[in-house]
Amino acid sequence: MSRQSHAPAEGIQTAETSGGLSRELAGTSISRRSFLVGAGALVVVFSAKGQVGTVAAQEFEGGGGPGAPSPNELDSWIAIGADGKVTAYTGKEEIGQGISTAQIQLVAEELCVPFGQVNLIYCDTALTPDQGITSGSQSHPTNFNHRNLALAAATAREALVELGSKRLGMPADQLVAAGGAVSSKSDASKKISYGELISGRRFEIQLNPNAKRKPASEWTVLGTEAWRPDLPALVTGQFEFVHNVRLPGMLHGRVVRPPAVGATVDSVDESSVKGMPGVVKVVVKKNFVGVVAEKPWQAIQAANKLRVSWSAGTGLPSHADFYNYLRAEKPTRDTLLVNSKDVDEKLGQAAVVLKATYYYPYQMHGSMGSSCAVADVQGDKATLYSPTQGVWPVRSSAAVLLGLKPEDVHVIFRRGSGCYGLNAADTVTFDAALLSQAVGKPVRVQLTRKEEMAWGENYGFPFVMDERVGLDGDGNIVAWDHESWSAVLGNRPGYATPGNVITGSLAGFSPEAFMARSPAPEARAYSNNSNGVPSYVAGNVGGSAKGTGRITSERSLTHNIASPFFTGPLRSPARLQNTFAHECFMDEVAARAKADPVAFRLRYLKDARVIDVLKGAAELANWEARPSPNPQSQRTGMAAGRGIACVAYEGNNGFAAMVAEVQVDQATGKVSVKRIFFANDSGPISNPNGLRNQIEGGTLQGMSRALVEEVTWDEQKVTSIDWQSYRTLPLGFAIPEIQVKLINRPDQPATGAGETAITIVAAAIGNAIFDATGARIRQVPFTPERVKAALSQTLTRA
Amino acid sequence: MSVIRLTVNGQAHALDVDPTTPLLYVLSDDLALKGPKFGCGLGQCGACTVIIKGQAIRSCITPVKAVVGAAITTLEGIGTIDKPHPLQRAFIEEQAAQCGFCVNGVIMTAKAFLDKNPKASEEEIQQAMSGVLCRCFTHVRMLRAIARARAELGTAK
Repeated sequence: MSRQSHAPAEGIQTAETSGGLSRELAGTSISRRSFLVGAGALVVVFSAKGQVGTVAAQEFEGGGGPGAPSPNELDSWIAIGADGKVTAYTGKEEIGQGISTAQIQLVAEELCVPFGQVNLIYCDTALTPDQGITSGSQSHPTNFNHRNLALAAATAREALVELGSKRLGMPADQLVAAGGAVSSKSDASKKISYGELISGRRFEIQLNPNAKRKPASEWTVLGTEAWRPDLPALVTGQFEFVHNVRLPGMLHGRVVRPPAVGATVDSVDESSVKGMPGVVKVVVKKNFVGVVAEKPWQAIQAANKLRVSWSAGTGLPSHADFYNYLRAEKPTRDTLLVNSKDVDEKLGQAAVVLKATYYYPYQMHGSMGSSCAVADVQGDKATLYSPTQGVWPVRSSAAVLLGLKPEDVHVIFRRGSGCYGLNAADTVTFDAALLSQAVGKPVRVQLTRKEEMAWGENYGFPFVMDERVGLDGDGNIVAWDHESWSAVLGNRPGYATPGNVITGSLAGFSPEAFMARSPAPEARAYSNNSNGVPSYVAGNVGGSAKGTGRITSERSLTHNIASPFFTGPLRSPARLQNTFAHECFMDEVAARAKADPVAFRLRYLKDARVIDVLKGAAELANWEARPSPNPQSQRTGMAAGRGIACVAYEGNNGFAAMVAEVQVDQATGKVSVKRIFFANDSGPISNPNGLRNQIEGGTLQGMSRALVEEVTWDEQKVTSIDWQSYRTLPLGFAIPEIQVKLINRPDQPATGAGETAITIVAAAIGNAIFDATGARIRQVPFTPERVKAALSQTLTRA
Repeated sequence: MSVIRLTVNGQAHALDVDPTTPLLYVLSDDLALKGPKFGCGLGQCGACTVIIKGQAIRSCITPVKAVVGAAITTLEGIGTIDKPHPLQRAFIEEQAAQCGFCVNGVIMTAKAFLDKNPKASEEEIQQAMSGVLCRCFTHVRMLRAIARARAELGTAK
C-alpha cells in the first residue's frame, strides 16, 4: 500500500491534517497529494512486509493490523525531502491537548532541525504507525521515552551523520548535526544539508535501540514554550474539523434512536417520509435506524417525521436508589489489587476503626460539539473521516461492522470537539459508515445534542467506595481497607468489538461480555492503574512493595456490576473516583487524629515524588500547619477553608498535589473556589505552556465535575439531554486564581500530564469545605442542597 | 425551496434553500464556512454565534428567512491569518485554546460585546460571556485574551 493510493479525493481541504501544516496551508485548497509532493515525502512507500516483531510488540500498544507501517522501520516514522523538510508520522493525535506541538518539538530536537521545518502527520491508517489509542495519559510516555517517535528521530540523526561522514570523508565523531545539516566540528565550511544527504530517499534501516538521545541540558527546542501551530487557523475559522469535511456527492444522514433503553424496532413505516424533499433512503439494521437525504435540514425533518414502532424499554434501576442498587446487584466481577491478608485482624485489634462511604455519579464527556463523521463506503472499500482516538482499532472494528476486510477500510482522523475519553466519536463513525454503506455514497452524520448526551457517548463510571482504617492508641494508622462497587458496559470498540458503543450494539453486535468472578483471585502483579490503592499503603504484591506509602496492612477490593448504560474511559477513569475517596478519607482520619492534613499525609508516604509535590503545593499556598476544621470558622454566614489532596497518578504516571481555598455560604450551601495552588511532576517538561494549559483546563473541568455534573434518568431513559439538564460551569463562572508549580525532572522518563490535575480537584474542594465548616461532603457533585444537608448533620452532631 | 438573498462577510449570495432552514446550516453547508459550528442546536452553548447588526446571534436557532437582506459577519469575516482581528491575535498570544471548537462562540460573543462596551470591566466581560461554554475549560486564557484585546481595541480608539 502506498501513501498515495489512499489519498482523499482531490480538492478536499487537508490543510489541517496535522497541526504542523495548518499555518502555512490554511485557507488554501490543497490536496494531500500535492502536499506530499511538496514535502518530498511522496517517495516513501510502505510495504506490508516487516510485520510487528515480538520485541516491538511488547513496547507497542497497537495491534499492528494488516498493512500497518512497521514500528521497527525508521521510514515508518520519518521522511526527509530534498528540500530538507521533515515529515514525521505518529499514531498519537492532536485532540486539543497540545501533544502535536510537543511531538514536533521532540522531532525537531532529536533531528536537530528548526521547529518550523517539521510537519507532523498523525493518525491516518494509510500513513501512520499503529499506536493504538490516543488515551490514558500515555501519549507522552509512548513517544517521548526511549522508543517509537523519539527513537526514530534519534536513529535518523545518527544515520544522517553517518551519511555525512561518507560524503565529507570525515570520521563521524568529528561531525555535528545542527540546523538541518551535518558539519565538521572544527571547520564549519565543511557542511552538507539533510536534503542533499537523503534527498527524499528511504532510510531503509531499523530503529536503533542504542541511538543516543540528546540530554536535556542540550535542548533548544524541547523545554521551550513553542506555540501551537494550529491556533492561527482555529481562531480565524480556517481550521478543518471533521464537521467541515465535505466530499463530492456527499449526502447527509440522521439517526433515529430508541425512545427507551432496551427498546427494539417492531416496524418502520417508510411511507411516513415518502415524497419528502431530498429524502434518499430509510436505513434499518436490527435496531439501528437512520435516514439519508440530500441536505442536512431535509434529513432532520425526515428523521423527525419517520414513524418507527418500538417495543417497550427494559426499564432502569431507580436513580434515587442507584447507589444501593450498585452495592447489592449480582453478579459481580471482583478484583483484588492488594491484600496483605491481615487487615481484618489489624482492624480487630485497633483502638479505633474509622469508616466512611463516598459516592460518585455517572458523568458525561459532554463534548461541546455534537459528534460528527463522514463515511464513504462503496462496494468493498470504505474511507472513514473520524474524530476517533484510535484510527487503527476503529479500522478493524468498522470492518467487522460493515462486513469488510480491515485492509479495505481507510480511517483518517479529523479533529472533533474536545473528547476527554470516549464521547460519541466512535459511535457516530459507525453511524456514518452504516448509512453510507446502505446508499453507496459518501454520508455525513452529525448527532443532535440529545443523541450525543443520551444515545451517543459512553459515560464515566459511577462508584460507591467504602473506606476503613484502624488507628492505634497513639492515632497511627495500622491498616487500610478500600472496597468499591462500580458498573461497566461496553468500552472503546477496540479491534473487534463494534458492540462496545451504542451504534454497534443497535446494529446487532454484542458488547464485550461481562465476565462475572467472585471471589476475586489474589493479585499476581502490582498495578495501580485505577488508583484503587491509596497512596499511603505499601502496595505489597508478590513480595515486593511497589506502592508509594508505608502502611503494610492493606486491602483494595473492587466489584463491578453490569451497567444499565454504556460506560467508558472519561478523563481519569476510576482514578478520579478512587482518589476522591482516598484523599477525603485521609483528611477525615487526620482530623480525627487532630493532626495537620499535610503532616499527617507525610507520615505515611515514602515516595519522594509524591512527597515533593505535596510539600510543593503546600509551600505555594503558604499552608498553615494546623488540624481541620479551621478553629476560626463560624457556624453561620460565609466560612472560608483550605483543603489539600495529592496523587501518584496510576501509581507512577504523574505526580500532583493541590490546595483549594473555598468559601462556603452556609445559608445557601453554595461553594465558591477562590484559589488553587497546584504542584505537578510529569518528568521532563517538553512545553511548559502546553503543560500549564492542561493543568488549568483539568483543574476547572475538575471543578465542574465536582460541583455540578451528574447524569440523571427516569424509569426508561436518560433525562440529561442538553445543557440545562446536564450542567457545566460556563465561561462566566467565578474562576479561582490558579497558581502552578512545575517540577521539572529531566533525568526521569516522561509521564502523563493531562489527567493529574483533574484527579484531585474534588478531594481538595471537599476537604476545604470540611475545613471551612466542619461538614464532610461525601457525594459528588457538591450541590448546594447536599452541602446544606452535610451542614445540618454537623449541627446535629454538635 | 425558494431563493434567499444573504450578505455574508460582505459578499452577496442568492441561495435556493428551504426558508425554515436554520442559518447555521446555510453558512456551514451551502456556503462551506468553517467558523460557526454546531454545538447543541438549542442556543445553549454559543458555538454557532455570528454577528448581525452588532448583535451576537445564535445561528443554530435562527431560521434563514429571519435574516434575509441582513449583513452577517462570521469568524472568517473579522480577520485572517495574515491580518487577524485583535481578539484573534490575543487568542494566539495567550495560547487560549485546547480543542478550539468553542473558539468561534467565545470570540464572536466577545467581539459583539466589546464593540458596544469598549471600557468594560473584567467582571462585565465575564458576565457577558456567561452564556458561552468551553468544555476543555480554557476559561483562564480566554478571559485573559479578551482583556488583552480590550486594551488594544481601547488604545486604537
